[in-house]
Amino acid sequence: MAEFALPANSKIGTGETYKAAAGVKNVKVFKVYRWTPDDGKNPSVDTYEVDMDTCGPMVLDALIKIKNEIDSSLTFRRSCREGVCGSCAMNIDGTNTLACTKYISDVKGDIKIYPLPHMPVVRDLVPDLNVPYAQLASIEPWLKSTTQPPTRERLQSPEERAKLDGLWECILCFCCSTSCPSYWWNGERYLGPAILLQAYRWIADSRDEAKGERLDQLEDPFRLYRCHTIMNCTKTCPKHLNPAKAIAEIKKMMVERTI
Amino acid sequence: MDLRTPLNRARGLGSAKEGVHHWWAQRLTAVALIPLVVWFAISLIMLSGADYAIARAWIGSPIVMVLLILTIVIGLHHGQLGMQVVIEDYVHSEGVKLALIIGIRFVAVFFGLAATVAILRIGFGG
Repeated sequence: MAEFALPANSKIGTGETYKAAAGVKNVKVFKVYRWTPDDGKNPSVDTYEVDMDTCGPMVLDALIKIKNEIDSSLTFRRSCREGVCGSCAMNIDGTNTLACTKYISDVKGDIKIYPLPHMPVVRDLVPDLNVPYAQLASIEPWLKSTTQPPTRERLQSPEERAKLDGLWECILCFCCSTSCPSYWWNGERYLGPAILLQAYRWIADSRDEAKGERLDQLEDPFRLYRCHTIMNCTKTCPKHLNPAKAIAEIKKMMVERTI
Repeated sequence: MDLRTPLNRARGLGSAKEGVHHWWAQRLTAVALIPLVVWFAISLIMLSGADYAIARAWIGSPIVMVLLILTIVIGLHHGQLGMQVVIEDYVHSEGVKLALIIGIRFVAVFFGLAATVAILRIGFGG
């Protein structure tokens, strides 16, 4: 059955509290999920009081400040710090988003930070994304063409190119997939919104000649049809894309080729 | 222990290459049920307080018989399609899942046929 309660080894306890130095006036409290595979303990939530007068404006700035100045054991992924790499996707204040583009000032009260939901945790805020990455590989996200390649670029009209807008911008942070209840319950068989948006990016590409095979691969009660238009994906996307619409377009094409 | 590679897990048993029919049937039956359920609800309200003879005469009308059978059969078909989706979502034990999906189909067909026979019998004054 679907799991509605956390398994015993995932129940979250209270962790350590790191007080701000005396005299610090502008304090923001960060409550951060901590777990390490090394000590056999359950996860806990550590509390960090951060001096906002010496901290940048984004949640990632605070995490880096915590790691540099308060607790170097805090583990998270980050790279570009400007919303193009997708590394720092995590659950902040109850919503999946990128720590680097989330303003601390947008959160009222304490800032609660957890890893992306319902994924195995490698450590602290680092989820195991091997299955979603493999699912991306499984849809073969590259241009397929059997026609002899032209000696120059493969041409596309401006209208054809416009069909890829809202698709190519995806940075594969998996905020959407890990916000989707269908992906929580059937994450290994359902491809999830991120991968289906990627699949549609190639189906919608006028230069790609493998539409039929791509649709064949997606036509499955689990791979595609676990989407029940819950719309969490579109609501949470930090790049303001619309995976739910991409999935709906795939479903429309499935019907289109039968009638 | 699961030592399969991630790609092995992602590919699983491959695409079933079906599912569009189930999805399309669920939408078609949903659209058909909109007018049917409205008609059924209005009819029930208009029949409130009517005695057995009036209700029987109402079912005896050929149009009513057709619409009643359509409402029940399409409703059960739609319900069965929807329940299968719910079961696939939440039940992860393969044996229980299979038993439930088979059971829900048998129940839907049984009640659909039973209701149809009942309507025809009342309608034709059996």
